[in-house]
Amino acid sequence: MNARGGIAAATSTEALTTEQPVGRSAGWWGMVMFVATEATLFACLIGSYFYLRFQHGGPWPPDGLTAPTLARPLLMTAVLLPSSLPVVWAERGIRRGQRWRLRTGLAVTLVLGVTFLILVATEYAEKLREFTITTNAYGSLFYVITGFHGFHVLVGLTMISWLLVASLRRGTFGAHRHDRVRNAAIYWHFVDVVWAAILFTIYLSPRLS
Amino acid sequence: MVALGTGLALTGCAGGAPSALDPAGAGAARVANLWWLLFWISVAVFAEVMALLTWALVFRRKRRVRVRHGQPLRFVVVAGAGIPLVILVAVYAVGLRDLAALGDGPGPDAPTIEVTGHKWWWEVRVQGVDGATANELHIPVGEKVRVRLRTADVLHSFWVPQLMPKTDLIAGETRETWLHAERAGSYRGQCAEYCGTQHAHMAFLVVAEPRPDFDAWLARLGTPARPPQTDAQRRGQQAFLQGSCAGCHAIRGTGADGRIGPDLSDVGSRWSIGAGAVPNDGGHLGGWIANSQTVKPGNYMPPQQVGAGQLPDLIAYLQSLK
Amino acid sequence: MSTTAASTPGASREDLARLEERWAERPSLRSWFSTVDHKRIGRRYLVTAALFFVLAGLSALAMRTQLARPESRLLSPQEYNQLFTMHGTAMIFLFATPMLFGFGNFLVPLMIGSRDMAFPKLNAFGYWVFLFAGLFMWASLPFGAAPNGGWFAYVPLTEERNTPGLHMDVYTLGLLFLGIATTAASINFIVTSLKLRAPGMSLNRVPLFVWAIVATAFMVIFALPALNVDNAMLFLDRRFGTHFFDPEHGGNVLLWQHLFWIFGHPDVYIIVMPALGIVSAVLPAFTRRGVVGYALVVFAMASIAIISFGVWVHHMFATGLPPLSYGFFSAASTIITIPSGIQIFAWLATMLLGRLVLKVPLLFVIGFIVTFVLGGFTGAMFALTAFDQQVTDSYFVVAHFHYVLIGGALFPILAAVYYWLPKITGRMYHEKLGRWAFWLFFTGMHLTFFPMHLYGLFGMPRRVYTYPDEPGWGGWNLVSTAGSYLLAIGLLLVLIGVIHAVRRGRPAPPDPWGGDSLEWSTDSPPKPYNFPVLPQVHSLHPTWDDASRTSMTEGATDDRILARGRQTLVTSELDGRRERTVEMPEASLQPLLLALALLVFFTALLFAWYPVAVGAALVVASTIAVWLWPPRRPDQELGVSA
Ligand code: HEA
Ligand code: HEA
Ligand code: HEC
Ligand code: CUA
Ligand SMILES: [Cu+2]
Repeated sequence: MNARGGIAAATSTEALTTEQPVGRSAGWWGMVMFVATEATLFACLIGSYFYLRFQHGGPWPPDGLTAPTLARPLLMTAVLLPSSLPVVWAERGIRRGQRWRLRTGLAVTLVLGVTFLILVATEYAEKLREFTITTNAYGSLFYVITGFHGFHVLVGLTMISWLLVASLRRGTFGAHRHDRVRNAAIYWHFVDVVWAAILFTIYLSPRLS
Repeated sequence: MVALGTGLALTGCAGGAPSALDPAGAGAARVANLWWLLFWISVAVFAEVMALLTWALVFRRKRRVRVRHGQPLRFVVVAGAGIPLVILVAVYAVGLRDLAALGDGPGPDAPTIEVTGHKWWWEVRVQGVDGATANELHIPVGEKVRVRLRTADVLHSFWVPQLMPKTDLIAGETRETWLHAERAGSYRGQCAEYCGTQHAHMAFLVVAEPRPDFDAWLARLGTPARPPQTDAQRRGQQAFLQGSCAGCHAIRGTGADGRIGPDLSDVGSRWSIGAGAVPNDGGHLGGWIANSQTVKPGNYMPPQQVGAGQLPDLIAYLQSLK
Repeated sequence: MSTTAASTPGASREDLARLEERWAERPSLRSWFSTVDHKRIGRRYLVTAALFFVLAGLSALAMRTQLARPESRLLSPQEYNQLFTMHGTAMIFLFATPMLFGFGNFLVPLMIGSRDMAFPKLNAFGYWVFLFAGLFMWASLPFGAAPNGGWFAYVPLTEERNTPGLHMDVYTLGLLFLGIATTAASINFIVTSLKLRAPGMSLNRVPLFVWAIVATAFMVIFALPALNVDNAMLFLDRRFGTHFFDPEHGGNVLLWQHLFWIFGHPDVYIIVMPALGIVSAVLPAFTRRGVVGYALVVFAMASIAIISFGVWVHHMFATGLPPLSYGFFSAASTIITIPSGIQIFAWLATMLLGRLVLKVPLLFVIGFIVTFVLGGFTGAMFALTAFDQQVTDSYFVVAHFHYVLIGGALFPILAAVYYWLPKITGRMYHEKLGRWAFWLFFTGMHLTFFPMHLYGLFGMPRRVYTYPDEPGWGGWNLVSTAGSYLLAIGLLLVLIGVIHAVRRGRPAPPDPWGGDSLEWSTDSPPKPYNFPVLPQVHSLHPTWDDASRTSMTEGATDDRILARGRQTLVTSELDGRRERTVEMPEASLQPLLLALALLVFFTALLFAWYPVAVGAALVVASTIAVWLWPPRRPDQELGVSA
């Protein structure tokens, strides 16, 4: 949607319907497809984890490494999973034109997301003392999978802050224009859900054997 | 006509090739039969498709042909799905039977040959025998022999078209296949998994021979190499042991025990030098030793600084190792 | 260029002028770099992919020349290994898919009656990424640093300790880079076909070609990630010492193969599916009737797309996996031939009921049927594990995949070149020259690849830079080589034909063939806005049906002219009911900038200039941020109060 469409275009009957909720928008489908391909990416990573684990046989984690502890990952989960709620609340708000809800919701999510990343950093600081990405295949899997997810959180947070900055300007988002909010929200929910899969794979599954 | 031509070409023109259609053992024979079944089915279905196409081209091109707007779905489903399904189910069953037959290896007492793939040659040992050779393995005619496959580096694939389909050599794992030959003879085999620069020259020979000859081969494999007989050979042995050669090559009973290159204890009797790169004769042997890189570019034996005077002795010595 | 004059009673002169003003791009250097017109982008895809085809084809000729005689020393093994790897990689990744996506780009909006793709800027971006990724990979060849591990790059051969140097880094990074373009284009195709169809084009009126593109795009979405993960892991193994594929440290070499073929098998259908779509699009015009069994064909495409994800292990039949798994994958590979059979017989039935007009495009379609069916048969043979173990990695496999790739993709692509040349360039090709090209190509093709079945069975392994004299493979190889020259001459004639048409061809009417889909009811070449009046679609063959045709002329309504902005229509996913009008983006340099930043990023990774890579990543992020920045439009402007 371009800014130079001109007044005539912008005030025509067609433009009035822009982003009004008649069916799914192209942007929505685009984001859903993007998320689908990203989800497949994670599925391949997680599949690789289990493949290497079961082909390896023997104790897992191998080479006498200790199984990951659960306290911090559960805390991380407690921080990340609920961070979707403010996004939902914010999105509902902007649909009714309540910009304050958008701003507040995004800000809360931002705080939760950053907290999560800080927790990841402390987790790494601890793990790196025991093994690194080059120690063995387990180490490679551990850091690459969690790191790739962390990178996705970072991208999600960039989107959230970007929305937040844009929402500070009057007239950017409103009851009839919030496609971008919805799309970023989809992405953020995705990043959350994937974490659940990673929690299971990396932290819970070694205990189930 | 095309079918017949192909059939003839396939049976007739193989011209001494290690052809999968000229099987000499139980494994390859199974597959050859399967092939002919598949071939004739394909010929029949192809003829059907061509007949329909020709019909259309001949009769549906004239200007006065009236376009018909029907939807002959039954024809499409029967010809395109129904008939093929029947054929495929039958063929699948035959294929499974043959796969099972390929899995039907030798009993526990059969000889076990241990083959290790290297870039780009084959190390050959026999279980229970303390000795090694390269690029050539012997089997007794009419018996199933187990072959245990490992690789020292990258993936390779063990293939003797006239005896047995392929089995890949997987890094970090051990695979097994078996060989069986109905008639005596030499069968060419070759690495069939791309393994880098000299994948092209990673051939080997399977020699199927009567049991006594096979036992003699086993015995040779377990005993020290033939000592030098002439002066030249003795000088050659000196050069070999004092030069760089012994660092990479082993010759049983001489103290040379390098493991980087092939064991040379019987190099004089091999069918080739460099896993099929060149024939095994004096000239090629000399060329190989002086600079194998011109013979088999990229292989892992560096050019050797051998004095011009020493080379004939070395050749004489190596050729005497039979 | 084209001649429609005032033959559009639907749109008034003022409307046309306004549309022209909104959509036309004045020719300038800037507009060359900033265009978002799907037709220009589609054309570029076609030309660029053709360029990569010629490079890959010339590599093949060099290989064939080397293999003409035994013990040939023309090429060193190092050269040969790079050539065959680049040949395979480029044909698959830089030619087949992009070429077909080029046709998709040009045709999908025209066929569904839209004015552009759903995301025009993303489309432009995809093209630039494709171009840069292709150049990135080919640029390594003159330096002798091209990928040399075969197109499926099996580990551990491709690990750092076995292949030092840049070779395989070019491969992993190049394919990751290219993957961005393929994914972007696929998302764009899906969304375009779901949301931008002309009103009235319900799912059962979508042209088969568009169905094929959509099925392909879905396969890309779910298959490509496996390749990306594989390549990312290989890159990390090589550069940063991870151990995914290192059995000494808990890794596994077969993981590479599984992931590669989970992508690789669907990929061969990704290549063939749009080509089959082309066949379904070309046939109606030359048989004067629709393809028999529309719903069956759509069903066949959907089932191929789904089953293709369950057969990958048939590329690993010699690796020694458990027999049970072989039984399963062998059955799945057998089953997947059924939908292909349905399509083949649907086309045969179409030809048997219609009236054939034997023009060059139809010739290529017939060439396709003959060749593809033969390739399909050998595929069905491989599905039997026992047989495959004998012929895998021999020239028999090389014969199979050239029969299906050339038969299944190149023949249809050439049919498409001739069929849509008038639409794309506005010029007619030279029929006789086209026939010569066809016969040379057809003969050369079979002469080259048919003997490969034979010497494959005679025991010749693939990927050997030379072979000895004794096994008697020499004669047949000579035949192959001679055939490949013939084939090249045929292709040269195709090239000459295209150049001749563009330079001297007769101007093409809007509908030279009497085609059935919507692209034939607009100018040749189409105006920048595609349709002066967006059609109201009433049937599967809108150009053959009066109601749909007059909806663009006498029956035109204002809400389908949309001349007040740069607009097109959005409709519902299933029924094609109109939902609203959208404003389309204008030309922009952002796509080029973003692609350039990515080029810098990947080049920096290649040469291990990591700070530069970080800088480039920041440029990427900020370009995207600016690109998507919401335009300022106060609610008052929208006529609503906040
Ligand atoms: C366009 C690409 C394309 C297509 C369409 C196909 C189609 C098929 N392929 Fe092929 N294939 C490749 C490209 C393709 N392939 C490539 C590139 C490789 C090698 C990769 C490499 O190693 O480098 C390969 C390798 C390959 C292998 C592995 C071989 C090996 O490495 O050992 C196998 C094994 O099952 C296989 C099977 C099939 C099957 C069953 C089909 C089926 O879909 C074919 C179906 C079509 C028909 C069967 C014809 C029409 C049907 C009828 C007329 C009905 C009647 C039919 C019967 C009764 C059989 N293919
Ligand atoms: C779409 C895919 C595609 C296409 C179209 C082709 C086309 C050709 N291929 Fe193939 N090929 C592959 C995909 C493809 N290939 C793949 C995936 C591999 C496996 C790689 C691997 O093992 O990793 C392979 C491997 C392969 C091999 C085996 C190499 C080996 O195992 O050692 C050979 C050998 O003959 C070969 C030959 C050819 C030839 C002669 C053509 C010809 O059809 C090419 C014709 C084209 C041209 C010649 C260029 C255009 C010409 C002009 C514009 C005319 C002007 C020029 C002149 C007149 C000189 N290819
Ligand atoms: C650095 C290691 C190295 C040294 C030193 C070396 N070789 Fe080799 N040699 C090899 C390797 C590796 C091969 C296998 C090459 C191939 O076939 O790819 C080989 C192969 C051979 C072969 C062919 C064996 C066959 O059956 O095909 C002969 C003969 C041979 N070497 C002789 C010599 C002699 C004589 C010397 C010393 C003058 C020597 N080598 C020194 C590594 C070495
Ligand atoms: Cu070893 Cu190819
Ligand atoms: Cu496949």
